[in-house]
Amino acid sequence: MIEAHGITKRFGDFVALDDVSMEVETGSLTALLGPSGSGKSTLLRVVAGLERPDAGRVFLDGEEVTWRPPQARGVGFVFQHYAAFKHMTVWDNIAFGLKIRRRPRSEVRGRVEELLELVQLTGLAERYPAQLSGGQRQRMGLARALAPDPRVLLLDEPFGALDARVRKELRIWLRRLHDGTHTTTVIVTHDQEEAMEVADRVVVMNSGRVEQVAPPRELYDTPANAFVMSFVGEVNRVGEAFVRPHDVEISVLPNGSTREAMVERLVHLGFEVRVDLVQDDGQEIAAQLTREEVDALELERGQIVYVRPMRETVFAG
Amino acid sequence: MARYLLRLGSLGYLAVLLLAPLGFVFYRAFEHGLGPAWDAVTTPIALHALKLTLILAAIAVPANAVFGVVCALAIVRHRFPGAGVVNAVVDLPLALSPIVVGLSLLILYGSGGWLGGHGIVFALPAMALATIFVSLPFVVREVVPVLREIGTEQEQAAATLGASAWQTFRRVTWPAIRWATAYGVVLTTARALGEFGAVSVVSGRIVGQTETLTLYVQERYAQFDVVAAYSGAVVLALIAVAVLLAMNAFKPKEEIR
Repeated sequence: MIEAHGITKRFGDFVALDDVSMEVETGSLTALLGPSGSGKSTLLRVVAGLERPDAGRVFLDGEEVTWRPPQARGVGFVFQHYAAFKHMTVWDNIAFGLKIRRRPRSEVRGRVEELLELVQLTGLAERYPAQLSGGQRQRMGLARALAPDPRVLLLDEPFGALDARVRKELRIWLRRLHDGTHTTTVIVTHDQEEAMEVADRVVVMNSGRVEQVAPPRELYDTPANAFVMSFVGEVNRVGEAFVRPHDVEISVLPNGSTREAMVERLVHLGFEVRVDLVQDDGQEIAAQLTREEVDALELERGQIVYVRPMRETVFAG
Repeated sequence: MARYLLRLGSLGYLAVLLLAPLGFVFYRAFEHGLGPAWDAVTTPIALHALKLTLILAAIAVPANAVFGVVCALAIVRHRFPGAGVVNAVVDLPLALSPIVVGLSLLILYGSGGWLGGHGIVFALPAMALATIFVSLPFVVREVVPVLREIGTEQEQAAATLGASAWQTFRRVTWPAIRWATAYGVVLTTARALGEFGAVSVVSGRIVGQTETLTLYVQERYAQFDVVAAYSGAVVLALIAVAVLLAMNAFKPKEEIR
């Protein structure tokens, strides 16, 4: 269980964290989601002890660790750019935390072999980090962090430096790994799809504050405010209201509640098609339809159609 | 074609400016055969000068190696008030004329100086101080850019894995800066062996007592003892080459820049 209470952290004039509180339950997988500069990485580093907060307290399993150095916190940390020990083999990288703790040699060997298998690097134990691909390096980083059996596993944009396909693979693999180990895990990401796919619970951050804490589905269906609504998924802004593209209905004939609009562009995204439209009042609006729907409507560029937002969300204030 | 010109140019430059004078020193030393040259560098005075040079290097090089690494860590890893000043001051020995260094040491430690005492000036202590002074920047200047390049993430990773500051230095930081330090040590050694100006001022140049090999070469040359002067120069050159070769021998192949 991770608890952070009233954390404030400034870098010069910049307020990275502004009185932030967060709780992460034991055994859960929580994502810290936000744009760059939102304070999500700083919060993770405060939990790890890599940054000292200017105010606030941090507890791990009920024990206050605010003033403890990272060495004495029992956390595993995975860095965006791997932070691999370049002059050590994969084996020595993973064994590092165990050797520091002076564990018996047989125990070190057993644990490293077990972890190599877990992260699927068994044949590569004698390689150096420079001889590995990005995805392999990050799996090594994960095994290294897990080796001393940390109380919590903290991942700072762990897949941020990888290409899209490897990212997706590792994301699924991380979720499976967590289902097997149940290590309390916090993952920092700016990618809402990644957060939604991997995490049980998502903490959305913006400008050093927490905007909403909710399971992925709730976050999407009932966002707490305009920021969360527009950060989690695509959105149209129509006056004061927000509409998801898949909640925009298109018809070829007008009925009382529709507006006239012109099809400006059709973007084929495989199964889905995004239709960019301009309403008669100049308002741009995007709709998301399936390919069948587009074919049935026989939509094409320049065509005049009639649109209706099926579900609008308006936030107070 | 341009490539050949470039090669020819750089080789020619090296040949004319470095190899020719050096070759000439060797030629003049052995002009009358090995015998006179060997005799000239094995006189008691020459041997004492060689011994003194090696002692000074043995004091200055380890001192500046340790200081250089500590100083580089302080400049790069710890943002403290005055780090910029330290960074600039480290380069001072490169900018100052060695004569100025020698004179300032003389004023500070000589009789009537602020820290004046018996047996400092015109003796080993002041000569060691002068040698340390002039050879100070090399290790710092080699290690600082490497520390900047490797960044702090590996060290942070070691900390989260439970390593103390010392364990992190020994297992993570040191292996990364080892070769930069070694290269700095070679440059420091070369500078310590070859130092003339500052040591000349504070040593008093007492033949057979405070005369280093470099000073010996100059003194013999002034006495028109050409064979002894050139033979001493050859010994200095050979020591420098040996240091360079030793470093390359220790250096693993893939790390050669």
